[in-house]
Amino acid sequence: MSEARSRLDPEPLPRRDALGLFARWSAFATSIFATLGLLKLVKPGVLPSPSKRFRVTLPESLAPGEPFVVPGRPVVLVRDAAGVCAVSRVCTHLGCIVQPNASGFECPCHGSRFAADGSVLKGPAPKPLRWLALSSLGGGTFVIDESASVAPGTKVKG
Amino acid sequence: MTSPALSRLAENLRAAPRRLRDTMLRSGKPDSDRTRSAFVFGNVFLHLHPARVHRWSLRPAATMGLGIITLAAFLVATVTGILLMVYYKPYPESAYTSIKDIHFVVPTGRFIRNAHRWSANLMVVGVLLHMARVFYTAAYRAPREFNWVIGMLLMAVTLGLSFTGYLLPWDQLAYWAVTIGANIAQSPREVTDSLGITRWFDPGGLQKELLLGSDQVGAEALIRFYLLHIMVLPLALVLLLAVHFWRVRKDGGIARPADADQRLGPVSAHPLFTQPQQKTWSLAALVKGRTPVVGKGPENTLPSMPHLLYAEGAALMLAAFASVGLAVLADAPLKELANPAVPENPAKAPWYFLGLQELVSYSAFMGGIGIPTIVILGLGLIPFLDREKEGTGLWFGGPGGARLVGTSAAFGLAAVVGIELVAIRFGWIREWWPGAPQLLITAINPGTVLAAAYGLFSAWLVRRHQSTRAGALGLFTCFAVGFVVLTIVGVHFRGPNWQFYWSHSDWPLH
Repeated sequence: MSEARSRLDPEPLPRRDALGLFARWSAFATSIFATLGLLKLVKPGVLPSPSKRFRVTLPESLAPGEPFVVPGRPVVLVRDAAGVCAVSRVCTHLGCIVQPNASGFECPCHGSRFAADGSVLKGPAPKPLRWLALSSLGGGTFVIDESASVAPGTKVKG
Repeated sequence: MTSPALSRLAENLRAAPRRLRDTMLRSGKPDSDRTRSAFVFGNVFLHLHPARVHRWSLRPAATMGLGIITLAAFLVATVTGILLMVYYKPYPESAYTSIKDIHFVVPTGRFIRNAHRWSANLMVVGVLLHMARVFYTAAYRAPREFNWVIGMLLMAVTLGLSFTGYLLPWDQLAYWAVTIGANIAQSPREVTDSLGITRWFDPGGLQKELLLGSDQVGAEALIRFYLLHIMVLPLALVLLLAVHFWRVRKDGGIARPADADQRLGPVSAHPLFTQPQQKTWSLAALVKGRTPVVGKGPENTLPSMPHLLYAEGAALMLAAFASVGLAVLADAPLKELANPAVPENPAKAPWYFLGLQELVSYSAFMGGIGIPTIVILGLGLIPFLDREKEGTGLWFGGPGGARLVGTSAAFGLAAVVGIELVAIRFGWIREWWPGAPQLLITAINPGTVLAAAYGLFSAWLVRRHQSTRAGALGLFTCFAVGFVVLTIVGVHFRGPNWQFYWSHSDWPLH
């Protein structure tokens, strides 16, 4: 059978070659699978960082609209007539902690500026600052959850 | 009453030191062509060298010894690093105090730490200059394409070593530079968030989690960085170095022009052979392929011992001397203990990342991941795109090259200074149009505009000179100039809140 075969009717693949191909591809797939399996250990199953929920009591003397920087937490609380809100101080650019200034917040790392409601005024931050979920325990004490965002403008009476 | 056995023993005892030396060297004193060759190929540490080396490669201008200097810096960093490990404790409670102990209490600790830091800096400088040398002498061309790729990996591992080492002191500088670095790893979210697909596809979050072992820099991140710094990356570096050196040899040594022999002129200073030749170099003919001597005689080559080995020794000593000298003159920095609540202001990465940090201050994803990826891919592709032959082994590829590089440097400088001026003086899209969608800023920011300008300039060079090499020369020069200028801006002209200041003395006190 000397006539040339077409692409649609190729020479049948010898069994030995088929087994060889199968062996090579299995070895390849196995090594990929094994590497992913090894990375499974490296990827933490539980995040070891401290609890994101904490309790804070606002001082009586806090003036309306004045930001209250929670000690040791990257969160600021503001109380006004409509209620209390919690805004995250973690910059949405690269995770530095923004500082309150006269008109809102500024980031020390790459110069992002935010308005008092967290919206971006200037700089590389891609998103507004997050507003955080909080609930009132009464008596000016609040529970804040840093891991839960709420819609900007959400305020809680208390 | 002398016994012959006893006198033989005494004789052997006297001769023991000489015999030890002879068996150590195997071939005796390297004082003839044969013993000089044997000195090199009979020694496990030296046999990676060729027995004889071409005169072209021995000229200081051929390599400037930059590869060896980088290796020497790595050796100094390895020795001093092992010494630092004696006292260093990679846990957040004790890392900072152990570094303080090393710096202020441990005998010679401060000197060793300084030498470690300076040799690491020297290694980064060495890698970058070595790459520039290889590029400007077109030494990446066939058959050396693969070794150029290995070199790129070595550069990446070197930068990784520096970055992981930066966290270990656990001071403010370290903590915030690594927080920024880890969030750059997360910055693909800038794109996935804009597209609204982060919930299903979040490579950024995965990268950060793998790097830190948590969602913030803490004990897990410190131990991971320590492991990478002292184990994973050095092992990778040594493996890649072995391949790199072996390929230098197998790919025919240092690249030289085809007419190197004519360019060098007649031999004058050193005798090529100390003895009349008794044998031809027929062994070389057995070795097929791209080895340095196949099909060529040993004319214009000199014995590696002493010519190459002494030159390498000089470069090694120079690098070691530089590390030690700088360690005496200038201390490695150590700021206050890391404080996760208050960022260092300004929070600056190590100097070689400050050019990137300048780009990051316009777009995290483009500056930190997008543009570096484009640069690395572009660099890696160079040897596969430039298939020309002319000018290999010559600086800037011959006479016209230097002018081309000059023009490109001028263009590169004008473009980067111009774009920085606009961005610093007038701001960028967000200031002009606060509601601008993030994808627009990710796509069009000073970094991408600059990269596009360089790319267009290079394409124009290819057309004008009808040569890929001309385009590559232009592009590499532009990016090198851009890197230098952005680094200078990041180091000197950025102050608190990453604002522009003409001088450090203009910084506000608070």
